[in-house]
Amino acid sequence: MADFLSTGIIDAQTLQKLNLIPSPERIRMGPVAIIECPQEIPCDACVAACPSHAISKTNINSLPRIDFDKCTGCSLCLLACPGLAIFVVDLSPTNGKAYVTVPYEFLPVPKRGDKVALLDRAGSEIGVGEVVKVFMSRDRTYAITLEVDYDKAMSVRAFKISSRR
Amino acid sequence: MKNYRITEHPILEFKRGKKKTFTYNGELVEGYENESVLAALYAAGIRVFSKSKVLGNPRGAFCMIGKCSSCLMEVDGVPNVRICTIPVKDVKNVKSQSELANPPATSSFPGNRPANINVDVLIVGGGPAGLFAAIHAGKYGANVLIVDDHYFLGGQLVKQTHKFFGSRDLFSGIRGFEIAKKLVNQIEQNSNVQAVTQTTVFGIYDGLTVGAYDHKNRRLLKIKAKQVIVATGASENYLVFENNDLPGVMGAGAAQTLMNVYGVKPGERALIVGAGNVGLIVAYQLMQAGVDVVAIVEAMPRIGGYFVHAAKLRRYGVPIYTSHTIKKAHGKNYVEGATIIAIDSRFNEIPGSEKYFEVDLICLAVGLNPYSQLLAQAGCRMAYIPELGGLVPLRNKYQETTVSGLLVAGDVSGIEEASTAMLEGGIAGITAIINIRGKKLKDAFMDREKMLAKLEEIRSGPVFERIRKGLEKVIVSG
Ligand code: SF4
Ligand code: SF4
Ligand code: FES
Repeated sequence: MADFLSTGIIDAQTLQKLNLIPSPERIRMGPVAIIECPQEIPCDACVAACPSHAISKTNINSLPRIDFDKCTGCSLCLLACPGLAIFVVDLSPTNGKAYVTVPYEFLPVPKRGDKVALLDRAGSEIGVGEVVKVFMSRDRTYAITLEVDYDKAMSVRAFKISSRR
Repeated sequence: MKNYRITEHPILEFKRGKKKTFTYNGELVEGYENESVLAALYAAGIRVFSKSKVLGNPRGAFCMIGKCSSCLMEVDGVPNVRICTIPVKDVKNVKSQSELANPPATSSFPGNRPANINVDVLIVGGGPAGLFAAIHAGKYGANVLIVDDHYFLGGQLVKQTHKFFGSRDLFSGIRGFEIAKKLVNQIEQNSNVQAVTQTTVFGIYDGLTVGAYDHKNRRLLKIKAKQVIVATGASENYLVFENNDLPGVMGAGAAQTLMNVYGVKPGERALIVGAGNVGLIVAYQLMQAGVDVVAIVEAMPRIGGYFVHAAKLRRYGVPIYTSHTIKKAHGKNYVEGATIIAIDSRFNEIPGSEKYFEVDLICLAVGLNPYSQLLAQAGCRMAYIPELGGLVPLRNKYQETTVSGLLVAGDVSGIEEASTAMLEGGIAGITAIINIRGKKLKDAFMDREKMLAKLEEIRSGPVFERIRKGLEKVIVSG
């Protein structure tokens, strides 16, 4: 259970056990935040960032809790999180695809329509996705939305542009 | 001439100021006004900043923030100047020193007449703790002077490009260098607070008389203060391994200073030693600066830093070798490679497990050491507390040391993090003004209680367990 602390890699089952993953029905309804922050650290940036008051912490060190019914999938917490630990997943498309939004702070910045290599939590390439939305926050963190195969939605957590410096 | 300056960065824009040339050992070097002399030389490709005394081996620069003395040079006729703490703007001729510098010809300090200064509160160090102390002491009417040996305020906040953890009222979610700007701005708005930079405090004497040397104006300052708050921060630890003095081996914080403050790329391919928060954060920032991070090694069986920091490296494929250490740096005049090796549970090397990486940069992130000499010199009771990083002063919960009128805040009193440093600074600042003005300051007392409660809340988490143990040994009642 504490294994992710020694490797830096967590898997979907462990996140599930920690109640950090919304129900399949909820994800199929539209975008929702998944907070991959499984260690008690002193931080409340996500709580302060959410306009829907969907995220709470009982004290500054406790694990963030999210009310998936209140979450609108707006990505503001994703842009604010210092740990870059929040992702937005959307399984509502019906064409066998899903949308995954990830934080991005590198150059170059991809454009809509670009094809990028998809990376999982261990940095392994697990396919190709298409950039469908690029949004920059005021402090230069980007939220990049990728269209990926439906069954990869819970695995894709980053991407790589082949020409990355 | 090669130019190692970063032209494009995902987070930062570099305000280097105007171009300006100076000479280095007689040759013309082009720099920018706001760069440190060291950064300008590094940007021009110079990697050797001194020679070892006995063997004459080349030495690189280790800290980049005035704390290690590996960059001493002769600047415009003055020997032993730390070239990482002075701006290009102020220099004409820089010369490397092949031997120990000769002592000055006269026994007095060079330069102008000493100045006498009287203040309510003197704060030594303009980082997060010192700035918070100044803001809070100033807020309740104290006349405050901040002294810092660098040429701008902000301490190590200025090189933090990541967003901060902590709580909303302590700037969580805001990038460190932006926090520095906010704090410095608050100081500038408050006419009670003054700051002198490029000034080194060298001693605290009887009756809280403080000696300092102003390098820029070349004069001695004799500062008489009613209360003194020492917030001098920390320096980075070295690590023993073969060839650890090769240029290209530097503190992780030094790499961070080069790339994030001055926009100079510290290398092309890096190995990071230490997977605490500093190592993990700097690894990520190196990648943002366009440096390849080939691996992180960590002697302990698990990652010491926060999971979220490790996770954001792992998803880009950066390996973290736990239970591994660096065995050797390779190269003749600068780093060309590194060998790492696995270690068992008793930290013995496991022969045959070596791995070689081709790198030109080795960043040591193996802990920080409180920069507490000034407190020891002033006569504070000190204790060696491994959980807090080294020698720290005993103090009460209001940050008062055993020397009356002398307070501490931030990493110098034990290595923690920026939000606790700011809170300690605030508490020390308020305590100082209460000590001067007495019990009338109702609001100040309330303000201080709030900060004490917040500090306790932050420290109550599991990641502070070790720190709590250390603090138990040094926080005395009274
Ligand atoms: S995605 Fe928007 S609504 Fe959902 S938790 Fe984050 S900030 Fe709140
Ligand atoms: S903002 Fe990010 S790192 Fe901080 S508590 Fe929330 S999820 Fe964790
Ligand atoms: S004192 Fe200049 S590099 Fe350390």
